[in-house]
Amino acid sequence: MPRTIVKARNLRKEFEISQTFMQKVRRQPKMKVRAVDGINFDIYEKRAMAFVGESGCGKTTVGKLVMKLLDATSGELYVKGKNITKLSDHRKLKTYRRMAQMIYQDPFSSLDPRFKVFDILEEPLLIHGIGDTIAERRAMIEKALEDVRLTPPDEFIDRYPHMLSGGQRQRVAIARCLILNPDFIVADEPVSMLDVSVRAELLNLMKDLVDSQDLTYLYITHDISTTRFFTDYIGVMYLGIIVEQGPVADVLDNPLHPYTQALLSAVPEPEPDRLDRIKEIPIKGEIPSGTNVPDGCRFHPRCPHSKEICKKKVPVEKEPAEKGHVAACHFAGEIEFKLKVAKLSEDGKVEKVEELTVDELAEE
Amino acid sequence: MSERTILDVKDLTTHYFTSKGVVKALDDASFQLKGGQSIGVAGESGCGKSTMAFSLLRMVQPPGRIVSGSIKVDGMEVTGLSEKEARSKLRWQKISMVFQGAMDIMTPVYTVGYQMREPLKYHKGLKGDKAKEICMRYLDMVDLDPELYYRYPHELSGGQKQRIIIATALLLEPDVVILDEPTTALDVVVEARIMNDLKRLKKELDNGMIFITHDLSILAEISDNLAIMYAGWIVEFGPATKIYKEPKHPYTQKLIAAIPRLRKDIDRLEYIPGAPPELTNPPSGCRFHPRCEQAFDKCTEVEPEEHVVEGVRVKCHLYEED
Ligand SMILES: Nc1ncnc2c1ncn2[C@@H]1O[C@H](COP(=O)(O)OP(=O)(O)OP(=O)(O)O)[C@@H](O)[C@H]1O
Ligand SMILES: Nc1ncnc2c1ncn2[C@@H]1O[C@H](COP(=O)(O)OP(=O)(O)O)[C@@H](O)[C@H]1O
Ligand code: SF4
Ligand code: SF4
Ligand SMILES: [Mg+2]
Ligand SMILES: [Mg+2]
Repeated sequence: MPRTIVKARNLRKEFEISQTFMQKVRRQPKMKVRAVDGINFDIYEKRAMAFVGESGCGKTTVGKLVMKLLDATSGELYVKGKNITKLSDHRKLKTYRRMAQMIYQDPFSSLDPRFKVFDILEEPLLIHGIGDTIAERRAMIEKALEDVRLTPPDEFIDRYPHMLSGGQRQRVAIARCLILNPDFIVADEPVSMLDVSVRAELLNLMKDLVDSQDLTYLYITHDISTTRFFTDYIGVMYLGIIVEQGPVADVLDNPLHPYTQALLSAVPEPEPDRLDRIKEIPIKGEIPSGTNVPDGCRFHPRCPHSKEICKKKVPVEKEPAEKGHVAACHFAGEIEFKLKVAKLSEDGKVEKVEELTVDELAEE
Repeated sequence: MSERTILDVKDLTTHYFTSKGVVKALDDASFQLKGGQSIGVAGESGCGKSTMAFSLLRMVQPPGRIVSGSIKVDGMEVTGLSEKEARSKLRWQKISMVFQGAMDIMTPVYTVGYQMREPLKYHKGLKGDKAKEICMRYLDMVDLDPELYYRYPHELSGGQKQRIIIATALLLEPDVVILDEPTTALDVVVEARIMNDLKRLKKELDNGMIFITHDLSILAEISDNLAIMYAGWIVEFGPATKIYKEPKHPYTQKLIAAIPRLRKDIDRLEYIPGAPPELTNPPSGCRFHPRCEQAFDKCTEVEPEEHVVEGVRVKCHLYEED
């Protein structure tokens, strides 16, 4: 078993919502968003773990907690065995930041347009006092550019961000992380603004870095189809909790939680013979706000399988199938995943409904 | 599905005349669209997808203009229309468009109803209860509660707003609806529901749809025909089923192989090294040649012609019959 790099136990983060004038006058209690509401996960050395889920479910908050850009409300977070929730000393934080780095979604705003690539990559070195001479730093910068395959480095080192394509900018952002030789990278939607081909190229690159640079990733995305290729584990988040997690292929091929099943039914796939078929998305209504978390199973108002017990009792994690593959649902393991597709008639009416299993889907 | 040709585009060419030179954003685009059918347009950023859409609407922004070619909408030639005619005869009524990022620009101070009624008033002189009734019918059609008519944009979710924009684009029963990245900013669940609506509406209303996105997985859900664009050219055009199963153009082959799969284990994703060219000075011969693995001598010198192979149009020398 590889070493655990990140370990979260009952991790929680609440945000207070600013009140309106009338709420203050009426002395209403302050509202709280439970952005991350008691989660547990482990990320192993040289593995990538994905967090997926709808927007607002808490993915980015998890990433920021791990980066110590936010302080947890309660719970524990261990990185390489150290409890970082207690970390507040400025110097220790700085050392921590060197070990853990973050890549952001938007390659257009994450780089300062006034700085050349050289300056962008030199900045973290200066902050952390790495490299005594400019020549030494230049050598490190060139190496980092080579690591992200911006070659020859000379061609890129004096460019400003506007002289780079979106994919090249994102490589510079990755190089800026790598230059500090981190153990661990949080990548928040790193490829979602990029074209397919550039996305594929970057995902290949990020995957190669696992071995060449001994990297571990926490990968945040709403694009579930990229997780199978890039990651080893996946956690599916809903309203601040992880409803299902496990090895990526197990979760995608045998989703146990009704929410995961709904998400997976919704993912579009490049299969063109589904033109006159409508997929049933087995989920009701829209995601409730984080200020108003339903009792019992928090997914119950939207769940097509909800029973009485679901309204009252919070489900605990079960492991009914593969080892390490868990889901927080009273009926985990009892609800088979099938995709219902309805055929449309010539004038757009639903004609007949058929059910496809995961195996049938994979064959198509 | 009717067999009526509602859109007939021939050799459409649109350039931007900038101080740095002529940007050849769209060259010699030709295709036809029939009622109840859809064309999916795909290609990397900057390959001319939006320029093609704006040309069809006669809304190309200066310094750009349509240089040559013809666009017939339901038999009417539109390249020669004046701006006034385009506004009164073409836009909304014949062709409407859901713009990239449109849901972010709904005016916050007006109700949904107010914003939906505008085109009805301008084009049909419809007001009051009659207009309200039509708006509510279209809200229902996109699976929304008709009562949303009375609400303000800030009270709605992104998915609801996007559906309202789509309903508004359908109001005047245009022959063609163009959708530019309509679901890109939305979550998969909402996206899947909107795609379901669009599939149903396409059949129900029997209009034509042009669906633009860089997401080939989404396009597979909705396209009868597929147009793959590269550097201002349509490099492959034909039935989507054929192109996804057996892409012919080297560019399309790579694009499709670059899609990560949900239910297949893949070791490495394919990609196309390099970047698309600047369109002020596109490469000689085949514009794809600097990035093409299959390029040969002729590709650097001679512009490829379109060849029809098994019902698919391919602009590539590999399919030349000697
Ligand atoms: N107003 C303009 N002036 C000059 N060049 C322009 C203008 N608008 C677009 N272009 C150029 O025309 C080409 C095609 O642009 P277009 O916006 O049609 O691409 P697209 O395929 O829609 O890209 P995206 O996927 O990024 O939306 C690009 O090279 C672009 O830089
Ligand atoms: N700084 C903040 N102040 C108040 N609420 C916040 C803040 N950051 C995030 N939230 C709320 O926390 C929840 C989770 O947000 P986030 O982690 O950004 O989700 P995701 O990354 O999955 O889209 C949302 O309800 C969001 O509105
Ligand atoms: S516990 Fe009940 S409501 Fe929750 S996901 Fe399982 S079946 Fe649905
Ligand atoms: S014409 Fe030549 S360069 Fe162009 S796509 Fe075909 S083989 Fe490649
Ligand atoms: Mg565009
Ligand atoms: Mg998407």
